[in-house]
Amino acid sequence: MRIGIDVGGTNTDAVLLDGSKVLVGVKQPTSPDVTQGIVSALNTLGAKHRFEADQVTAVMIGTTHFINALIEARRLAPTAALRLGLPATASLPPLVGWPDALVQALEARAYLAHGGHEFDGRHISELDRDEVKRHAADMAAHGIRSVAVSSVFSPINTEFEREAAEILTAELGDSVAVSLSHEIGRIGLLERENATIINAALRELAQQITDALISAVRNYGISAPVYLSQNDGTLMDIDYTRQYPVATFASGPTNSMRGAAALSGLTNCAVIDIGGTTSDIGVLSNGFPREATGEVTVAGVRTNFRMPDVLSIGIGGGSHVTAAGLNVGPTSVGYQLTERALVFGGSEFTATDAAVAAGYAQIGDPGLVAGLDKRAAKAALNTIAQSITAAVERMRVSAEPLPVVAVGGGSILLPEVLPEFGAVHRPEHFAVANAIGAAIAQVSGEVDRVYAIPDGQRDRIVAEAKEEAIDKAVAAGANPSDVKVVDFDEVPLPYVPGNATRIRVKAVGELVMEEAR
Amino acid sequence: MSEITRIETTDIADLARGAAILGTGGGGDPYIGQLMALEALRISGPVELVATENLPDDAQILPVAMMGAPTVMVEKLPSVDQFVVAVNALGQYLGVKPTHIACMEAGGVNSTIPIVAAAELGLPLLDGDFMGRAFPELQMVTATLFGIPTTPMSITDDKGNAGIFNTVSNLWAEKLARVVTVEMGAASIISLYPMRGNQAREAAVAGTLSLCVRLGRAVKQARASHADPVAAVAEVLGGRVIHTGKVLDVVRRTTAGFARGKATLAGLDRNDGTTLTLNFQNEHIIATRESTVLATAPDLLICLDIDTGEPITTEAMRFGHRIALIAAPCDSRWHTPEGIELVGPRYFGYDMDPVRWNQVQLPQ
Repeated sequence: MRIGIDVGGTNTDAVLLDGSKVLVGVKQPTSPDVTQGIVSALNTLGAKHRFEADQVTAVMIGTTHFINALIEARRLAPTAALRLGLPATASLPPLVGWPDALVQALEARAYLAHGGHEFDGRHISELDRDEVKRHAADMAAHGIRSVAVSSVFSPINTEFEREAAEILTAELGDSVAVSLSHEIGRIGLLERENATIINAALRELAQQITDALISAVRNYGISAPVYLSQNDGTLMDIDYTRQYPVATFASGPTNSMRGAAALSGLTNCAVIDIGGTTSDIGVLSNGFPREATGEVTVAGVRTNFRMPDVLSIGIGGGSHVTAAGLNVGPTSVGYQLTERALVFGGSEFTATDAAVAAGYAQIGDPGLVAGLDKRAAKAALNTIAQSITAAVERMRVSAEPLPVVAVGGGSILLPEVLPEFGAVHRPEHFAVANAIGAAIAQVSGEVDRVYAIPDGQRDRIVAEAKEEAIDKAVAAGANPSDVKVVDFDEVPLPYVPGNATRIRVKAVGELVMEEAR
Repeated sequence: MSEITRIETTDIADLARGAAILGTGGGGDPYIGQLMALEALRISGPVELVATENLPDDAQILPVAMMGAPTVMVEKLPSVDQFVVAVNALGQYLGVKPTHIACMEAGGVNSTIPIVAAAELGLPLLDGDFMGRAFPELQMVTATLFGIPTTPMSITDDKGNAGIFNTVSNLWAEKLARVVTVEMGAASIISLYPMRGNQAREAAVAGTLSLCVRLGRAVKQARASHADPVAAVAEVLGGRVIHTGKVLDVVRRTTAGFARGKATLAGLDRNDGTTLTLNFQNEHIIATRESTVLATAPDLLICLDIDTGEPITTEAMRFGHRIALIAAPCDSRWHTPEGIELVGPRYFGYDMDPVRWNQVQLPQ
């Protein structure tokens, strides 16, 4: 058995799974105290479905703690950003474009030093060890407790970042955490550096939160390993989380989509999450959310995290119905549905009222909408179905049939069948889809690097890159017999001869778990 | 439409977005250029923008640009003063003091880099460029059509190396500077096409920096008022949407130092059931739907995100992107026989005559 827990800003969901079977799921408000919230979720699970602590083989946790800490600018460590690349890059020093308030919250300091590589691996300049030592002394004098190191083209060659980290640790001691950009992000210096600085600022908090999570699980008597979900929906262990808290940032929407798909047994599908005010539509391919193509701004900082591609439209359970049902949303009664909707004795005609009047669902007091114009209710539901269909159609990328999975409280707004997409899947337990998504036990390995590809050598180089991604997945705990490449992308660098090509590969496999005793 | 007479920090985001639109898929990530321009204006104050018709005959104009791979520039950012060094190197070689800075290319980072140079040097900037869009090679400028030589030209790197070229033709300048740029780490800053006011008045594509700002604002305002940003861009450019689709596939290969490739877009909405292919060499060259060529370079082929109106570069284009393709007219001088020879489909290796942005009747 394994346990999935999703700690959101509002609710904490927990599920107990036996294989892929959901034994029980619970939902409760998130508590301010991390440990207490987890203990309470475990207790509630156990009360609903008895299990022995030693039957649990793994606990998977998805959390918004870290992204929320950044957004609220609290509990961030005093952080330094050291960039290696002088004389290049000085036109835009680290922390450029950051909101002032966040720079202050980090008590952040930026340092430039020599080092860095060209696209083809040559050195821009040599690393100056004394220069790094001088910067370290200044960091110490300013009470810096965490350092982010970025070096130009470090995804191609990691040597300078590693060497600088050794010097920093020797000068500042083990208590100052060092985060290296090549381990965090991809090509794109500022975005990678920003993600690394964010990671550095969260390292102390990561230590505290993971300690709290572990102690909560251990206090319950569970000795199984604890994992956290990362942005792409795969898992990382506690040690990894302590080093890379930033990798949890997009786990919320990812877990929700993956959980919905897992519940429906589909790996290629559209997931429609209909809430009170909006519907979020994403597409899973091979069990993973398709990624957004643009840059992602988090708390006003531009990064190149990979986030799921989600299309939001202004239709939800609380959307206002107007024009005799020809118009639904985008205005909504939102969280006040239970006061303002007709079925709850309110005076506003909402999408939920239309669904109740048409017999799609039994919510509130159906008697209160008995007098409603049935044609308007039908028209509203028709409008909703058309809008959702059009949105899914936009997200679809091939002519292949695309099944749709509907989750969220507002999924009652959809008919049994959408003409373009067939039956709408409405899995059980969809309310705890996030926790189920967290419990999908897969781990990944990734390669993102620029290669010089000699004529006729492409196949060999691609094969090597894939091999390396697979090796990384296995190192992260994947079952070697099961790992496969799920994402591959190849982009030549324009203007550069010698077929310099950026290759990205991601491999994913099932996590090897100890058998239940 | 009143033209803009100076560039302030509040204009930069609009200008960079507009420049990426005129980049027609190439020209690089506008974000870096935007940040550098913001920093420069923050430190040095606004930059005066001079309409080309107001240039005195004896104005000494030194344009400045970045040469190389935009994908390198997002990693290896320029050093401090690199733009100033490039301009001064050329000025010293020629024994002149520049009176104005200019853009050679209105698309992508090369529309913001000259703002940095102008701010740092305290010089006014020409409201115009010499392409009216982005093109991949140095000789592909209206200046070439008017016999203005690329060289003397300076080339500088991030380390402080600087050199001067004197070449027998504009094409030679491209060939030699390309080799040096690669040696400099695939990104260099160059100052080239030194010219006088009377030459610039004749050769420049006028008002293109103002146009960039207007384009960026049109997208922003359309979004704010829940109007269609794609339609707003098409209107400002006097062009039309020729296809809406989803990216099914992007095939890229590097030949002779360029990112050539082909994107396949499955039709959406009124183009449902059709497939469009977009051939590019850094910039979009040819749009073909179901064996009908809809439009080609030198007219502008612009990919925008269908919902947000944000421009999409060929490097960023990926499977699943939902795109509106706009075709819009280029500067009329590109449609002279000399212009077509320089930047028409045949130069890019496609054996066909250009197809104008409005030439093909679209199904209703």
